[in-house]
Amino acid sequence: MHVKMIVNGKEYESEIEPRLLLVHFIRDELGLTGTHWGCDTSNCGTCVLWMDGIPVKSCTVLAAMANGRVIRTVEDLETGGQLDPVQQGFMEMHGLQCGFCTPGMMMTARWLLDHNSNPSETEIREAISGQFCRCTGYENIVRAIRWASEHQDASAESTKVGEVVA
Amino acid sequence: MQVPASVDYERATSLSHAIELLERHGPEARIVAGGHSLLPMMKLRLIQPEVLIDINDLSELSYIKIEGNELRIGAMARHAELLSSPLVGEHFPIIVEAEKVIADPIVRNRGTVGGSLCQADPSEDLSAVFSALKAKLVIQGSHGSRTVDATSFHDGPYSTVVSSDEILIEVKIPIRPGCGCAYEKVERRVGDWAIAAVGAAVYIEAGVIHDAGIGLTAVGSEHFNAPEAEAYLAGKSPSPELISEAARLAAENCHPSADQRGPEDYKRHLVQVLTERALTTSVERATRGGF
Ligand SMILES: Cc1cc2nc3c(=O)[nH]c(=O)nc-3n(C[C@H](O)[C@H](O)[C@H](O)COP(=O)(O)OP(=O)(O)OC[C@H]3O[C@@H](n4cnc5c(N)ncnc54)[C@H](O)[C@@H]3O)c2cc1C
Ligand code: FES
Ligand code: FES
Repeated sequence: MHVKMIVNGKEYESEIEPRLLLVHFIRDELGLTGTHWGCDTSNCGTCVLWMDGIPVKSCTVLAAMANGRVIRTVEDLETGGQLDPVQQGFMEMHGLQCGFCTPGMMMTARWLLDHNSNPSETEIREAISGQFCRCTGYENIVRAIRWASEHQDASAESTKVGEVVA
Repeated sequence: MQVPASVDYERATSLSHAIELLERHGPEARIVAGGHSLLPMMKLRLIQPEVLIDINDLSELSYIKIEGNELRIGAMARHAELLSSPLVGEHFPIIVEAEKVIADPIVRNRGTVGGSLCQADPSEDLSAVFSALKAKLVIQGSHGSRTVDATSFHDGPYSTVVSSDEILIEVKIPIRPGCGCAYEKVERRVGDWAIAAVGAAVYIEAGVIHDAGIGLTAVGSEHFNAPEAEAYLAGKSPSPELISEAARLAAENCHPSADQRGPEDYKRHLVQVLTERALTTSVERATRGGF
């Protein structure tokens, strides 16, 4: 079947099998490999992206179901070479080790902060409770999201993409 | 890598279109709502429908409203919408308490009320909630609609009275005076399915429980309820002893089975303790102070 959707502000069209999962469409057809694919069982949340402005587990949505909808992936967090405060928070607070869970964590964090600019630690933990991290023990992810909430307008001082942080 | 078997896809644009598609494609067609039960089952090849009929565009089925003396929930209302609805919170804390422990926030963004009920998983939480609240469920086919009690909706594990050319469209919950209700669930870890869970609702007037509902999850109660305990409570004045006896009856008459979530006697014990807790909170809420 033919699908058309807006991904990170750009329109894509493709011929697909209806059984294709959205996560594979995004990664394999569009080459946007920022969205990760982990457990396959709707549990780990590394595949989280936004569909029509709502975070969803893209391993549990068909690409066909996303036809005509608006998708936002982790690649869209950075704009014009400026990192999103959430991305910066993960750098500042060492919110990742292997980085496998990070795209899903960051997409959920961005959504949380868009709807609650000053979340408590409990609210942050609740928001990411459908996502697994096998490295950090979550502590630094929570700190990273706190950092982002305290630096919402960090773009001015934010790190440029590609710049190495000391 | 888990992928579903080949399948065709149609997107319904209205309720009548969805029913027409179901009739056209026959019993091998399946409705897909949130897809958070169906797609995992398709990936495991536990089910291989020939056609999926996507009803996510049916905004006419995604509402939460009060009409007359009923709370009405459209089948496409998402878990997250129920959880954040002020109307639901004001009238039925049992729904909010259950929703908080159904899956995780991201799954709750997609999973729907209709999908949960129609999946009819024996560990599913909302069936117990709606059994306790004595809700009515509205099912639509091409020849009109019919209404069934939540307690006669399931006809076995993973099976309901909705036929292959029908759609569940609405849940209607009566708003009655003197209501107090609560949900108690024990799970292995955050976001997991219940080891056991109990929902309770009592309706108290002039110091007497004139009606009670008890919903049970994951303990082999075919209709997600505890009729013996409900009958025992009706017409009596609430007291800790009354609640203990009702909890004992609920535990005695359910049919849990041993699995990776625990042995049978443990689950039976949970039913007793959770029934006691849910009833105690319900009485407190109904009378705003307790016994
Ligand atoms: C990781 C994870 C954890 C979960 N934990 C819990 C939990 O703790 N407790 C719990 O209760 N649930 C849990 N769930 C299930 C979750 O609540 C699902 O969202 C729900 O079971 C199905 O809703 P859905 O809209 O996704 O249905 P779908 O998957 O779209 O559909 C399920 C079934 O219902 C049918 N159907 C759907 N809508 C209708 C309709 N309106 N009329 C007729 N048939 C229909 C479909 O054909 C299909 O057979 C969990 C799910 C996941 C992925
Ligand atoms: S890959 Fe989607 S939840 Fe794990
Ligand atoms: S950083 Fe390795 S899984 Fe989270």
